[in-house]
Amino acid sequence: MAKMILSLDGMVIRDYSISEERTTIGRKARNDIQIDNLAVSGEHAMIVTILNDSFLEDLGSTNGTLVNGQAIKKHFLQNNGVVEVGKYKLKYISDQPAQGGMADFEKTVVLRAPAKAEAATAAATAGAGNGATVTVIKTGVRDTVVNPDMMRTQGSASPITRTAGVTTQGFTRSAAVQTGGVAATPSASGQAVATGQAMGTVQILSGPSAGKELPLNKPLTTLGKPGVQVAVIAKRPQGFYITHVEGSNFPLVNGKMLDAQAYALHDHDVIELAGVKMEFYLKPGA
Amino acid sequence: MRDLRQALEMTAASHTGMVRPHNEDCVSTVGELGLAVLADGMGGYNAGEVASGIAVTMITDELRRTLTEAPSHLLNGSRHGKEPGISTIVQEVIGKANGFIYQAANSRPQYSGMGTTLVMAVLRDNKVTVAHIGDSRLYRVRGEKMEQVTRDHSLLQEQIDSGMLTKEMAGRSQNKNLVTRAMGIDAKVDADVQILEALEGDVYLLCSDGLNDMVEDDDILLTVNSLRANLTLAANQLVQLANDNGGRDNVSVVLIKVKKAFPANTGWRARMMSWFS
Repeated sequence: MAKMILSLDGMVIRDYSISEERTTIGRKARNDIQIDNLAVSGEHAMIVTILNDSFLEDLGSTNGTLVNGQAIKKHFLQNNGVVEVGKYKLKYISDQPAQGGMADFEKTVVLRAPAKAEAATAAATAGAGNGATVTVIKTGVRDTVVNPDMMRTQGSASPITRTAGVTTQGFTRSAAVQTGGVAATPSASGQAVATGQAMGTVQILSGPSAGKELPLNKPLTTLGKPGVQVAVIAKRPQGFYITHVEGSNFPLVNGKMLDAQAYALHDHDVIELAGVKMEFYLKPGA
Repeated sequence: MRDLRQALEMTAASHTGMVRPHNEDCVSTVGELGLAVLADGMGGYNAGEVASGIAVTMITDELRRTLTEAPSHLLNGSRHGKEPGISTIVQEVIGKANGFIYQAANSRPQYSGMGTTLVMAVLRDNKVTVAHIGDSRLYRVRGEKMEQVTRDHSLLQEQIDSGMLTKEMAGRSQNKNLVTRAMGIDAKVDADVQILEALEGDVYLLCSDGLNDMVEDDDILLTVNSLRANLTLAANQLVQLANDNGGRDNVSVVLIKVKKAFPANTGWRARMMSWFS
């Protein structure tokens, strides 16, 4: 079962298990996690738990809710995520083992029709013991088809051990879209590079739009004239790469013609394309 | 049967990704027939590859034969009432491949439990016939918009449909890999088949979940639209994006661009033309 550890100035006050579908946080006594401090709103935030996933939602509090230092309205909680409410901190600890079986777990699994109905009901009523039912789907049957009978028997027998093979949330694919994800995943570390990366920019040097700057803030930026000559600059974790897209002429970089392969751009490279010269340079990251 | 390569451009890319030991996806395209098939296999050891391989090979071969040999009116079905239409043919071919995988899975212990998802497209007569099973997808890019044509057969999609999860929450859910339908699991399988009007300029994207789980829709659309002049580069770029974001699964994509209309050769004009060719 997941839990939240409440602390103030590094001192642990107590921990709360997250067993209900909804866990409320606020100043008033009726909250599941009551924090009696004036910086905390009466009904401050709520944690919604579906299967093994917990989502934190700010309930329009006066002073806001932070997760890992960032203000949020709604946020998917990851293992060891720190929620801040006023001066109080709540650390989210997922119940699942941190290591092992990641690749196995992520393999696609088939649920047969009766089984999925079971799983759906389990999820719908997602209360205390039901988390176990869902864990069964993930562990026992990875790589295989869920046998409906097995589902039923195991689902009713609730004291099922949560074996390895289930991973923490930081290791799921969803890390790719998380802000503040765990840096241990390739995706998260990739993002970290991307955000700390210097901003690539292209400045037009010749032609009617000379002087114009083009920030390379999207994954892809195309340059040139469609139908005549087009090149694309891809922003990747490793840096910026230019590739020829269309046209009989290939772009020149520092006077040398590219081939069909992507070319890694260096600071102050001069690109020439469709008769226009432009300079690629890196602006220091913000 | 008319060669569709004048009207359609097709390209495919498949990659193991950055984490998995081998590629269990399988892809095939037949440009002249306007046919693309993509499967994402599952099962222990190498059984996933076997299942997706059988699905793609059998479906491609069977359809190649049917589409090449059968006269057009047979494929168009409805006009004469009696003949099967393209959607029936597609269902039959999928059923055949499914039965084969199911048998293989049940006759050899090392293949036990193997299965595969499927997404395929047949383009003919200005229409695209889309069939899918599981969570492999087909998207249509038309103008500045991208639409997901297929609806996943997955636990997650069912939770979204029943209102238990919002789409936003779903993007972060752990239960992405639970499919509720797959080939090779039962003796019979029901594919969802849709027939849509294809327009000049459309781009169709078939992909395994290794793409849509790793790359945001906006970035997929941006890639397809900025690189539509060079479809091969677009496909490779999509794979690269998935890998740059972590590449946690095998990633496969097929891109089909409609360069111009492709009406079927039916009626007296076509028959006349065929005398001269």
